[in-house]
Amino acid sequence: MRKPLLLIAPSLLFMTALFAWPLAAGIGQALDQPGAFSRMLDDPYFWPAARNTGLLIVVLIPLQFAFALTMALLLRERPRLSGLYFFLWVIPLAVSDLAAGLVWLSVFTDRGYLNSFLEYLGFSGYPWLSHENQASMFVAVVIAELWRATSLVFVIIVAGLQGIPRDYDEAAAVFGAGYLRRLWHVVLPQLKPSLQVALILRTILALETFAVAQALTGRNLPLLVGETYQWYSVLQNPAVATAIALVVLALSMLAAAGYLHLMRERT
Amino acid sequence: MTQSVTRRAFLAAGVLTVAGCGGVSTSGTGEEGAVDFLSTQFLPVEERQRFEKILSDHVKSAKVGFNPVDQSAFAATVQAQADANRMQLSLLGGLHGDLAPQRDRLSDLDDLLGGLGDRQFPGELTTLARLGGSTVKYIPWMQATYLLAVNKKALQWLPSGAKVDDLTYDQLLAWATAAKAGNGGKPVFGIPAGAKGLYHRFFQGFLLPSFTGGQITTFRSPEAATAWDYMKQLWAQSAPASTNYDFMQEPLERGEVLIAFDHVARLINAPKSKPDDWLMVPAPRGPKGRGYMLVVAGLAIPKGAPQADKAKEVIKALTTAQVQIEVLRQNAFFPVSKADLPGDLPAPIALEAAGVKAQQGSSGTIVSLPPVGLGTKDGEVGQIFKNCFKEICLDGRPVQGVLDAQAAKLNAILDEVKVPCWAPDPAGAPCKVA
Repeated sequence: MRKPLLLIAPSLLFMTALFAWPLAAGIGQALDQPGAFSRMLDDPYFWPAARNTGLLIVVLIPLQFAFALTMALLLRERPRLSGLYFFLWVIPLAVSDLAAGLVWLSVFTDRGYLNSFLEYLGFSGYPWLSHENQASMFVAVVIAELWRATSLVFVIIVAGLQGIPRDYDEAAAVFGAGYLRRLWHVVLPQLKPSLQVALILRTILALETFAVAQALTGRNLPLLVGETYQWYSVLQNPAVATAIALVVLALSMLAAAGYLHLMRERT
Repeated sequence: MTQSVTRRAFLAAGVLTVAGCGGVSTSGTGEEGAVDFLSTQFLPVEERQRFEKILSDHVKSAKVGFNPVDQSAFAATVQAQADANRMQLSLLGGLHGDLAPQRDRLSDLDDLLGGLGDRQFPGELTTLARLGGSTVKYIPWMQATYLLAVNKKALQWLPSGAKVDDLTYDQLLAWATAAKAGNGGKPVFGIPAGAKGLYHRFFQGFLLPSFTGGQITTFRSPEAATAWDYMKQLWAQSAPASTNYDFMQEPLERGEVLIAFDHVARLINAPKSKPDDWLMVPAPRGPKGRGYMLVVAGLAIPKGAPQADKAKEVIKALTTAQVQIEVLRQNAFFPVSKADLPGDLPAPIALEAAGVKAQQGSSGTIVSLPPVGLGTKDGEVGQIFKNCFKEICLDGRPVQGVLDAQAAKLNAILDEVKVPCWAPDPAGAPCKVA
């Protein structure tokens, strides 16, 4: 009875010090100032930020999974130089998100690479990141995030694929199943645990999208975590900042629980 | 690219702020008999070095340990030393808004100001220096403000009868409209409405005082609604990319805009390469007068200062015309005492100095200050004005509804801090939207 408790004591201590206590302090801080939540809800940036964050998740995650899965399946066929492709595809994982945002800013900004290229082709440039063009701003953030964060999903799926024995696939092939049928009925079901991990991770990380969007659009395209930064560091109101952070936390927990529920093993 | 540069600089600055939180040394020189000078100004290291050079070259009466810190460290240090009855600082330098909350901890300087008659400080500055009381609490040190920068290319569209250095707001609108039409539909007027831009100062210190005579108390008055209606029309004739501009000198230099409003320090590089193409003119005037925001820094001596007499000598030295010009030349803060500008000033500084002088000397001015005594709430109050701009000009919401809603939020913040109003609002306590 004693031993197990002793064994988990370090992690308990860690969780308490680094998770439970800051969480409690955060909730306390948000509740400490009366009206922090109503300030948050009344702020003209909050609902657009919530909408943009939600939209980003809905658009970004299916795209990322489609890309990552395609890339992983391509690699599974062991083409020549597959090691090199793998290396190239995971490079964005090593780039800090702020740096990635600044790189994409130099592409999309009014006199950036994209507009220079368009002008070279004889078209006139387009203000991609102007506040008037919410759609193109959003697309720019999606593209930058797609480039930056797809490799994470890709690595998880590649690892998952490597854990699937080829026997099942070959057996299905022997029985005459085509590629798509094998993919749908043999590979994907066995990939489910990896997909689940990747989905939860990516959704939580997408809820926390910050540096890329901050570098690209500033507050022109508000996102939830960008708003916590704005309230904490620019407006110096930690209560409202933590209130927004708690919303992000609640959404993250809801999303994780939702995925676990949706993908649970049906026996 | 410049936009990226400013964002990069801002993010880098954020990192530095975090990295620099290690602590603040307030010990000054530590030398016996030295004047410890705590300042919120000249914190960037180049400015600090240039100012230290000015001190060592021109202040011979005492050894000065110059110690610039950020505003919160300034307030905390002064308060802590005063409360502990162990004042080690002899001289304080800060903006009006930095000194005002310390009022009760500052010595009276009426005798010193009386002896500095030859400096000919403008009357509005010496009035402010009383911090709302009867005695003088600081000696004006230097000033800055906001101006309109005009590329002479834009003068071709100036409406007839309008004088560029004495515009009304209506003429500015007519000018921006004509210029947009004349420029093939591309707007030429811009304001710094980017994430780090100071556009809220335009509303707080220029537009609203010119239309309403106040900044806070008149926030939701019918005159304020007229002002915002005007702003909506002006915005329709302004460069939409303004929401990406942090420092107007950058789009001005690139030629993206030809007329722009900003802080003098954020306009200074625009005329650098071709000073002859540029004008720096006073802000327009409205129905109530020419509202303009004065950023004034002062020098004060805390009660119980160990080297009070030497500090007074330092103040005398710093307000001489020679030192004032030197500070202008090196750190681009404008003189508060009468100082004839020499002919060899760098051209952009000379242009701005002329604009600053014209603005201060013009008739019917309404001086306003950046919010005083709000401390960390300054950002939130500024955001209220930015929210008005966003909702009225960008989102097209009805003016009075926005003003009423934002006034409620402004009052909620003001209820927390309970400070007296600052110019141009009458100093009634506590400050509130009527």
